[in-house]
Amino acid sequence: MSPIFYLLAAITLAGGLAAVLLKHLVHCALAVTVAFAGLALLFLELDAQFAGFAQILVYIGAVAILIVFAILLTRGADLPKAGVFSKTWFLGLLIAAAVFAVLGWAVLASVSAIPQQTAIPSVTVHDIGVALVGRYVLPLEIVALLLTAATIGAVIVAMHEKARPRG
Amino acid sequence: MSANSFFVNLDQIFVLLRNWLVGFLPSALRPAAGVLLGVIAIVCVFPGLFALTTVFERKGLGRMQNRLGPNRVGPYGLFQPVADGIKSLTKEDIVPLSANAAVHFLAPLALVVTVFMGFAVLPMGRNMVLVDMDAGLLFFFAMGAATELSVFMAGWSSRNKYSLLGAMRAVAQMISYEVVLLLSSVAVVMITGSLSLPKIVAAQDQYSGIFPHWYIFTPWGLAGFVMYAIAATAETNRSPFDLPEGESELVAGYHTEYSGFKFALFFLGEYLAMFSISGLGTTLFLGGWSAPLSFLQFIPSWIWFFGKVMTSIFVFIWVRGTLPRLRQDQLMNFAWKFVLPYTLLNLMVTALWRFMGEGWQRWVVCTIILAGAYIVMGRLGMRGEHFGRRSYRHAE
Amino acid sequence: MSSMTTPLAGYLLVAALLFAIGLGGALVRRNAILVLIGIELMLNAANLNLIAFWRYGPHPEALTGMMFAIFSIAVAAAEAAVGLGLVIAVYRHTNTTELDKIDRMKG
Repeated sequence: MSPIFYLLAAITLAGGLAAVLLKHLVHCALAVTVAFAGLALLFLELDAQFAGFAQILVYIGAVAILIVFAILLTRGADLPKAGVFSKTWFLGLLIAAAVFAVLGWAVLASVSAIPQQTAIPSVTVHDIGVALVGRYVLPLEIVALLLTAATIGAVIVAMHEKARPRG
Repeated sequence: MSANSFFVNLDQIFVLLRNWLVGFLPSALRPAAGVLLGVIAIVCVFPGLFALTTVFERKGLGRMQNRLGPNRVGPYGLFQPVADGIKSLTKEDIVPLSANAAVHFLAPLALVVTVFMGFAVLPMGRNMVLVDMDAGLLFFFAMGAATELSVFMAGWSSRNKYSLLGAMRAVAQMISYEVVLLLSSVAVVMITGSLSLPKIVAAQDQYSGIFPHWYIFTPWGLAGFVMYAIAATAETNRSPFDLPEGESELVAGYHTEYSGFKFALFFLGEYLAMFSISGLGTTLFLGGWSAPLSFLQFIPSWIWFFGKVMTSIFVFIWVRGTLPRLRQDQLMNFAWKFVLPYTLLNLMVTALWRFMGEGWQRWVVCTIILAGAYIVMGRLGMRGEHFGRRSYRHAE
Repeated sequence: MSSMTTPLAGYLLVAALLFAIGLGGALVRRNAILVLIGIELMLNAANLNLIAFWRYGPHPEALTGMMFAIFSIAVAAAEAAVGLGLVIAVYRHTNTTELDKIDRMKG
């Protein structure tokens, strides 16, 4: 395994761990941004340039900022007195560990069945464009509808309620 | 022709220089060394231009406000950036006690790093792009999106109400205008058929007669360029959109609590972002490194590129000295109610342009649609505003 | 390039670990926003899986994995927006984002 892969995996996993373990919410948000960046670099390592740049543009440029705005709007900077972990934290940890154990066992048990190395695919943006309006035009339109619905829904959900007249 | 080959060599002089320097190394190291030389060149040239631009801005603004700019340090004040640099390097680095030290330290670094990355895909001359990426435009916008987070980091980590307010305003403004920036570039991508910036320049590097095929000379290109310029001014927090850092409003906005070298880094980051976005605007709409008239092609391509970028910077400075600042709600209204719908219309008009094929009809139809839409939307927005007669006061 | 020497199992293990971290975070933390962060981490882990399988699969020119991942990124962004809108709306009503305290439907 190449050293670049180790480094990127370490960055991503460290960012993810920091995001769920740190006490201060804004630190968590910044740590998850580091995890997103590490993942974008992993995508680039896997020769998926379009996905990598889209990851940076969407996740770091939009989702991370959304998270940060939500933290600020809900006064997340004040730490709760009873600690940041819920009462049933041990059970949650067990479940996560069990899930990882199952997935890890599945991956390692099927090592012989998965390919070790293949030629680098040459994917141009032109191919992606042709695929998007050719084979994947239905998912594209559905995602467009979904995004419209999500935008309108988010605005309505987060809007200030007008004072309803009594009676 | 020896004269012709002289000009060709002059045009490619940096490429030839790099190849010559890299030729000293074994062939295994050559690609990495070539890229490293390109990176060193970018890191030296653009901050140097930044230094020059600071003094031009202060003198330009001074002249527009009927006063002299700095004129003490060096001839006509041209060594002012040296004095500014020495000042910012030797000032004490103050970090507020309750500030989040790690984030406070990382914010200017994150800003400068992401802004520098954007320069990697700009074609600064014939064959002079650092990385010829297939999705170069997408990479540029990804780096631009990453700068927003560093602005927020700076504002939040200072534990200062003014900083936080400035940061939130700046991020809200940047997100709104990011959409406009992207959509106005999509029109160019639609016509060129590629996201690769060198290809976009090559598509504009043609001449019919003596006139170039720059996209700004088409109706949709002109509309797109104006929208792009508005969005670029807002993205870099320049006047008239500089409420987040307006000195009379918020002290210094999100970089209030920074002093010394970190403040200089923020300043550097802002100006580099201006260069980078002007460079992209030049590449997309103004033909990149191609000459404006076909008989002027003997002048090296990199001179044209930097000339156009510096002209854009001059227009930035001019707009700063001329227009008053927009209020935050006016700014956001403007973005969502005028600029974005107009940019979407421009996208459709670009598609129409492509559909109609060559001929004079498409010029007429597209121009009528765009001009009509501007008049209708502009006038609708202005309904109810009453302005008195303009009055001028000249300095004596 | 170096991706030739990293076997697929490496990427899958990283994705599985990231998924487990996200799941653990969503289950263990109190704050609603951190649950959403955990969900985003899980979605990212799935994307990594998709891209890794696309890269090492038999037909990368069919672009299936990459397309799936791109749509997943778009949907995740929409879901984050709606989810955070919901958190803000709940905060307005109950003045807290701690999930332990938002139990008013309990009889």
